[in-house]
Amino acid sequence: MSILRFFRRRAEDTDLANEIEAHIAQEIDENIARGVSSEEARRRAYIKFGSRSNVREDLWEWNSVKPLANMFRDLRYVARTLRRAPGFTLAVILVMALGIGANTALFTIVRSVLLKPLPFGDAKRLVMLYEVTGDGKYPYNVVAGGIFAAWQKEAQSFEQMAIWGGNGYTLSGGEGQLPEQLQGTLCSWNLFPVLGVQPALGRGFEASDDRPNANATVILSWGLWKRRFGSDSAIIGKSIHLDAKAYAVIGVMPSWFVYPDADTQLWTAIYHDVPLQVMKDLDNHNFLVVGFLKPGATMAQGAKEADTIVKRIRDQYPLLAAIGKGANARWLFDDVVGDYRTPLYVLLAATGCVLLIACLNVANLLVARSAARRKELAIRSALGGSRWRLIREQVMESLVLSAVGGAVGLALASAALEWVIRTRQDMARVDTIHVDTVVLLFAVGITLLGGAFAGAVSTFSSGDGQVLNALRESSRTHSGGQGKARLRKVLLSVEVGLTVVLLIAAGLLLKSYKTLRSVDLGCITQNVLTMHLALPDARYQTPVQKAAFFERLIREARHLPGVQKAGLVTVLPGEGHGGDNLITIIEHPPLPKGDMQYAARRAAEPGYFEAIGIPLLHGRTFLEGERLERATSVIVSDLFARRFLPGEDPIGKHVRVNVDGTGQKDYAIVGIVGDSRSTISRPPEPMMYFPLYKGVFERAALTVRSSQDAITIALPIQKLIAQIDEDLAVFHVLTMEQVVGRSTTDASFNAELTLAFAVLSLVLASVGLYGVLSYLVAQRTNEIGVRMALGAQRGEVLRLTLADGLRPAGLGLVLGLAGGAVAAKMIRDLLYGIQPLDVSVFVGVAALLLGVAILACVLPAWRASRLDPVQALRVE
Amino acid sequence: MKQRRQTDKQDMLQGTLDMLILRTLAAGPAHGHTIANVIERTSEEVLQVEQGSLYPALHRLEDKGWLVSHWGTSENNRKAKFYKLTAAGRKRLTTERSRWRQMVAAIGRVMKEAAE
Repeated sequence: MSILRFFRRRAEDTDLANEIEAHIAQEIDENIARGVSSEEARRRAYIKFGSRSNVREDLWEWNSVKPLANMFRDLRYVARTLRRAPGFTLAVILVMALGIGANTALFTIVRSVLLKPLPFGDAKRLVMLYEVTGDGKYPYNVVAGGIFAAWQKEAQSFEQMAIWGGNGYTLSGGEGQLPEQLQGTLCSWNLFPVLGVQPALGRGFEASDDRPNANATVILSWGLWKRRFGSDSAIIGKSIHLDAKAYAVIGVMPSWFVYPDADTQLWTAIYHDVPLQVMKDLDNHNFLVVGFLKPGATMAQGAKEADTIVKRIRDQYPLLAAIGKGANARWLFDDVVGDYRTPLYVLLAATGCVLLIACLNVANLLVARSAARRKELAIRSALGGSRWRLIREQVMESLVLSAVGGAVGLALASAALEWVIRTRQDMARVDTIHVDTVVLLFAVGITLLGGAFAGAVSTFSSGDGQVLNALRESSRTHSGGQGKARLRKVLLSVEVGLTVVLLIAAGLLLKSYKTLRSVDLGCITQNVLTMHLALPDARYQTPVQKAAFFERLIREARHLPGVQKAGLVTVLPGEGHGGDNLITIIEHPPLPKGDMQYAARRAAEPGYFEAIGIPLLHGRTFLEGERLERATSVIVSDLFARRFLPGEDPIGKHVRVNVDGTGQKDYAIVGIVGDSRSTISRPPEPMMYFPLYKGVFERAALTVRSSQDAITIALPIQKLIAQIDEDLAVFHVLTMEQVVGRSTTDASFNAELTLAFAVLSLVLASVGLYGVLSYLVAQRTNEIGVRMALGAQRGEVLRLTLADGLRPAGLGLVLGLAGGAVAAKMIRDLLYGIQPLDVSVFVGVAALLLGVAILACVLPAWRASRLDPVQALRVE
Repeated sequence: MKQRRQTDKQDMLQGTLDMLILRTLAAGPAHGHTIANVIERTSEEVLQVEQGSLYPALHRLEDKGWLVSHWGTSENNRKAKFYKLTAAGRKRLTTERSRWRQMVAAIGRVMKEAAE
């Protein structure tokens, strides 16, 4: 009640004034009724009431809360002084807003992605299990179905274990909707119980759904249910067609549930959808395994147990060359956020630097102001203004500034977050990013901290309490505030140092991004359009049907206007690993035990290499007749030939491979093509291409080279595909440049953001430099005047002043280069193709900084050298 | 009551004024002017209510929740702020009254002793 009263006191006062008026009017009425003249009646009434303002003041004082009243008075004073210096105020608020905004935005992302636990049941007991590849090269390889079965049966540390794998599905069209390619996850029935989640609607899988002979069932994601089925809960129990087969919808997952990633739109039962043999294979690595530890069991125990089981099976089956060598585990959480940890912390550190620079700048500006107001403050304290009062005012001033800055910053942050969420849909857990109470508290916290820090620095510098000195100093005997100038120079050095660190980090990331973008994929990327198709097994059952579809598609596509060349391949360059096979060159003696040869697997149509510009180095491409069972030829990449057939003619040699899981067959090498990269940031790997018309491949990417802008022919081609099969979904319609862009998003995002922060701090630092030097010159106007009067040359004054400003910059530069070297080592993982201590980046940053510093210092220095000594001496 | 000295106005007598106001309003809602008149009349002009302390007192009592107020029209058609006793105020009046009785009795005993 009493605090509220404080804020109502103005209203109360008006109310009371009215009440008093009413009282007096009443009194006058009564007096008149007693027969007194109206003039006299009024006089008596007023006399009787006494002092009206006393009454009002009484109530006002009683309503006031002393500390609050003081604070308000300070606030008003601060507001008034700030209004008098709008340029200063605006600059400080802007600086603080940028610092606080960037930090709040980054903190929100870091918190949502890295700090918040996964929204699953008991995340501290959820681990991912991996196999170690047979050659020991990859410690976190995907798991074979048979190994999972053994783990599930034998491992004691786990309460439950679930298996899952990715799979694309074509959802049939109908009722005016287009067919659509959807990312799905095949999972064992217990995946949801293991994660501790339940469907929002319907039911989860049961053991009886997860068998080869069960009825096909599917669980939808909330997004798919809303988008495609209009949030109609009647869908439960109905059938939808996936890959032209009927699946009964049994449930819908809650909207927050995104596992394994945000792309997953439906879940199906793995033992129902995947051939039983694949689920039993011990050396066919396809799946991921989530384990739920028993209470008290550690991850290390679980990993050890899984490892022992794999080793035992390996000894049992010495003939299976590709079988795993052991097992490893890591936390599910680390698995989900893995790749985003380092970049996010780097960016958070960068924004931290920006905020620190912002605070230092504000402190600097405040010091400058307090120096300018030194005389005023000295007079006030000489007149009895308490020291505490003056300090309070200064801290209040910087708090007000940072509070306004914080409010603007929060708005900036939410705009930035929206942008990030829109542009970075690929980031893990991006869907969980939102501003919540903790984030708001964080924003308020750094606002207060920043304000208090800046205020404290400036107060500390002005709080020497030597009133007399201050008064004397300003009376022209010597140029003032040397101590303060020193403090400001130290602040500046720190500022410049931090800026240099940021610039170096940005420079390295940018250069590495440029290197990445200039990498030669091994194919043409201009005017190439690509799109993916997946033939549903149910309607394209035989190899003949599949081959016929692809042959017809490519024949008709080549006749479309605007199409120069067209080809088909299973996986495009830059689209990722895409699967590999164990190979044996049958003309070679058997390899020593434990030695294995792998090559990436692709399937291509004869015209593909020409269409995408992968050169044919030797031999020939596939022939017309090499289709179906006569497709026994293979084309290998240059690296394949050099690595596996060094010093011999590969043409005519035979490779033994199990391409389609139906057993090993021999393929004759008929051609050698140039290397292409499956992942842009990794060197090419040995690659082999099988004839697509073998008819065992149901997915392919159509690649079209066009004479004009490639995207313009997307529509005619999609129409063509719909003509051939209107139920076929076409997805990932992208130009080759976009394919490359997608795989470099991370690098460009990190580089661009860090660069933005670095440029921001460079601007802040140069403004700081300029401000300090201008201030110093203004302070020393007198001194410079005296020097000139005594015969100092203008050039000398210019040099002196310039040196004065450049010294802190130089010191900061040295500090920053050292700090930058440390920072560079820390971000080594993010760099591609350059060394952390890249000389050109370090030299470039140093030159840039010196250039900017000189620019910032030249104007004040030049002004100093232009001073008219007579004017200067008259200044005071 | 006639204010004796400016400095004393926060003391015991202020509590007494509060009690008198509560007592007056127990008879029904009234505005400030009436309250002062009633107190003066009932005390046969012995107690002169200083308007300067009446209004702050009214606001304090309202703040404590013992009174509620609203603007209305007075008997001679003027705007006036009417005060009304709340349930809490009625309870308070009872406590005040018994405290007053004890006080009067106690003072009475002391005075008798002293007189003898």
